[in-house]
Amino acid sequence: MTSFVPHTDAEIDEMLARLGLSSLDELFTVVPEALRLMRPLDLAPGMGEPDVAAEMGRLASANATGAGLVCFAGGGAYDHEVPAAVRRVAFRSEFVTAYTPYQPEVAQGVLQALFEYQTLVSRLAGLPIANASLYDGATALVEAGNLAAAATKRTALWVSAGVNPRWREVLRTFAVGTGHSVVDLPLVDGRTSFDLDEGEPPAAVVVASPNHLGCLEETAEARRVATETGALLVVCVDPVAAGLLRTAGSQGADVVVGEGQPLGTPLSFGGPYLGLFACGLEQVRRVPGRLVGETVDVDGRRAYVTTLRTREQDIRREKATSNVCTNQTLIAVACALQLSWLGTTGLRELALRCARGTRFAREALLAIDGVEPLAGAPTLREFAVRLPLDPAVVVERMAEDGFLAGIPLEPEYGRDGLLVAVTERRTRAEIEAYADAMEKVVR
Amino acid sequence: MTAPGGRATSIPLLGRDEEPTVFELSAPGRRAWSFRTTGVPEWSAEELVPPEHLADEPLPLAEVSERDLVAHYTRLSARQYSVDLGAYPLGSCTMKYNPKLCDDAASLPGLTDAHPAAPASLTQGWLELLVALGESLCEITGMADITLQPPAGAAGELTGLLLMRAWHDAQGRSPTKVVIPDSAHGTNPASVTLGGYTTVTVPSDDRGCVDLEALRRALDDDVAGIMLTNPNTLGLFEEDIAAIAAAVHEVGGLLYYDGANLNAILGVTRPGDMGFDIVHMNLHKTFAVPHGGGGPGAGPVAVSERLAPFLPGPKPVRTDDGGFGWSTPERSIGRVHGWHGNALALARAYSYILANGGDGLRRVAEAAVLNANWLRDRLRGSYAIPFDRPCMHECVVSATPLKKAAGVKAVDVAKRLLEEGFHAPTTYFPLVVDEALMIEPTETESPQTLEALADALARIAEEASDEDHQAPRTTPVRRLDEARAARSLIPTYDARPHPEPEDDEAAETLEAPSARY
Repeated sequence: MTSFVPHTDAEIDEMLARLGLSSLDELFTVVPEALRLMRPLDLAPGMGEPDVAAEMGRLASANATGAGLVCFAGGGAYDHEVPAAVRRVAFRSEFVTAYTPYQPEVAQGVLQALFEYQTLVSRLAGLPIANASLYDGATALVEAGNLAAAATKRTALWVSAGVNPRWREVLRTFAVGTGHSVVDLPLVDGRTSFDLDEGEPPAAVVVASPNHLGCLEETAEARRVATETGALLVVCVDPVAAGLLRTAGSQGADVVVGEGQPLGTPLSFGGPYLGLFACGLEQVRRVPGRLVGETVDVDGRRAYVTTLRTREQDIRREKATSNVCTNQTLIAVACALQLSWLGTTGLRELALRCARGTRFAREALLAIDGVEPLAGAPTLREFAVRLPLDPAVVVERMAEDGFLAGIPLEPEYGRDGLLVAVTERRTRAEIEAYADAMEKVVR
Repeated sequence: MTAPGGRATSIPLLGRDEEPTVFELSAPGRRAWSFRTTGVPEWSAEELVPPEHLADEPLPLAEVSERDLVAHYTRLSARQYSVDLGAYPLGSCTMKYNPKLCDDAASLPGLTDAHPAAPASLTQGWLELLVALGESLCEITGMADITLQPPAGAAGELTGLLLMRAWHDAQGRSPTKVVIPDSAHGTNPASVTLGGYTTVTVPSDDRGCVDLEALRRALDDDVAGIMLTNPNTLGLFEEDIAAIAAAVHEVGGLLYYDGANLNAILGVTRPGDMGFDIVHMNLHKTFAVPHGGGGPGAGPVAVSERLAPFLPGPKPVRTDDGGFGWSTPERSIGRVHGWHGNALALARAYSYILANGGDGLRRVAEAAVLNANWLRDRLRGSYAIPFDRPCMHECVVSATPLKKAAGVKAVDVAKRLLEEGFHAPTTYFPLVVDEALMIEPTETESPQTLEALADALARIAEEASDEDHQAPRTTPVRRLDEARAARSLIPTYDARPHPEPEDDEAAETLEAPSARY
């Protein structure tokens, strides 16, 4: 077995002797005998490093992924390049093996990286405040709902059906505890319809742009509805699409949330990802989780520290704005690195390349007999089509040709929908081969 | 003589200048990026995006070379203490060494390149890994079933409280209160509120454990359950746990185990055997997933048989044909994560369990408890020890004698320790101890490192003086003006007051940082 306990037997005996004990078992006499586990844990014996590597390698290779399966799936998880500089620098062990920066004098590395991250997310959202990260897009949406409910002293959340259905499910799960109600706003031809019977006035109106079907929403209409009802406008954004689009903040969003995975994090079977969260100055005391601010040290040097700490659970306890403690700092550092590696021109170029591939793939698929568009609204990095046979079957069959064809859409979007995403990694040859394979499968 | 491996005073310093931000390193037109050659038609932005959506100008980010970017972040990393540099005895956080073999395991392309929506037939390896991890964690905690979705401990707590609520609902009951001890982590009461419950706090007794009589008085049929950390945040085992469990179950409540301190009892005793119904684990503590400067972690929640039908779904399961698939429990509370949880953190934890095995995990607990007790014994005489009896994986000492004698507080001890090349312990927690220093050495620090740490702490106590308010003096920055950070909030580079406004527009920015949006 591998052990990371450094003590020699002689050292253990010496330490026990100092404590007046004769065996390690005696350390646990405080545990009532009836509760002690009198047998070894029923786990495989410990392994040496090469054996662990072999077993993990066996499990890893039992997934049909990566080079073996060209990815056209999205739905909140996208197959983007992560450059070597980001992979190698974000995973320096000083960042990886640090704790939450509770001693700022020895944590300026993480704190400054988070300050730069907050600045980049703030610019991306077009809002002045961004927090130091949340778990993922779904939980960022939950926190936005909680913030809106606290700000308006209301409980209803009007949520577009264009918001990722898994995020909406998470929102509903947590609404049971907070007593919030989630009201769906339906999609009409890919865009949110705000024709809602007068009900309880909402705390928040939530839309996503681009939405789950890839369609760009009329944020101005959402803003109008939010203003009329006295609600906050929450907009879910895609950080890559943001490279081409007007910021949500400039379109009137009060809170912006998003999934940060596309910037610097591989697909990773869904985690760890990164919850992006930004809001206006008026909400700063309701921000969930950690916030880094600039200050000076006693010598007047610029330095960074977690601030407005009285919002947080370890100080405010049951009155805290959120229960978030550990969040996704390392993923936020990778995101900041990726955004700076792309820079002003690179993020736009990335978004543009995704949009080009998306149009090319969409046109190629729609040229196939029996493949129909699922929505007419303009799309950017992802699109939905209707197939003449069960999309789950199509995905299984296309895998045999080496493609992850997309994600079968949830029944709420109508029957036989497939969601297809195209990133900057997809070549013309791959897209053409994908369309050819699709044509054979649906024929 | 063997030198301590966990002391970081040997790091050379190259100077004490400020590190500029990436925005200050930026030069218009400079770039690091490159992309794949794809052959896809090069439509323009105007051809692809309707004008009402298209940004007029590119989003202003930084413009730096890859060389400058890498140098900047490498310098930032040199301004950061970490487990890989030295001992990190931060109580309640279990800052143990994070084995590198786990890093390798979590970097395998077959794991990192898997799309979370790929069908089960294409992700059998991932599903097998998750099922095996879940089964191992159930064995370690003595529970029947598990969800791996919660991405952190606090997320696990809230998941557990929603499970509690769903279970009571199913019994046709709607109790409103959750009991927590006054020594509990702040996440407990915060989660209770988000779970729609009211917190009832019970005091600790003079032994540092839950006051059983006070608990009995607090219990009635309006109590949904109790949240307990065992060993508790004082590092003490709640010896009355069986009686506590009986009393809570008696009124129809459930027992929630906060797994923050699970490291102390691996292979020794199990929450399930103590009578707990719901258990969260912090894989980033007990199972060596690195903390990443504050995440990502993972906070799986294991439950007893009767709560299994309520677990979040879909969950990875064994299928009848000997393979693996997804299944949503019958009365599931629903998803608590956008996908399947922090999967790569789960893979790291699994590789750690494989390396250690059952025996190795017990060895972890033994060495962790031995180290903490040894340190407690060594610090007696230098510091007050409010509950001076055998502890588990951590001990809480108090700086009150230093405060009385020399005006030196827990925070000063912490800052002095930074100068000594160690990370500081947790300070001012738990709240039930004045001037608390909560010290968790973990099992991966050698006796030589403990000796050096104890020497440093003893020397700080012995030499305590006014000078200590000046500490730390050898760190990249010194004590910070935290009041100023809160009073004149600068949460982004754009919100910095411009030192010399060059024109009217800049002057406006100075007054209203949000004006540019």
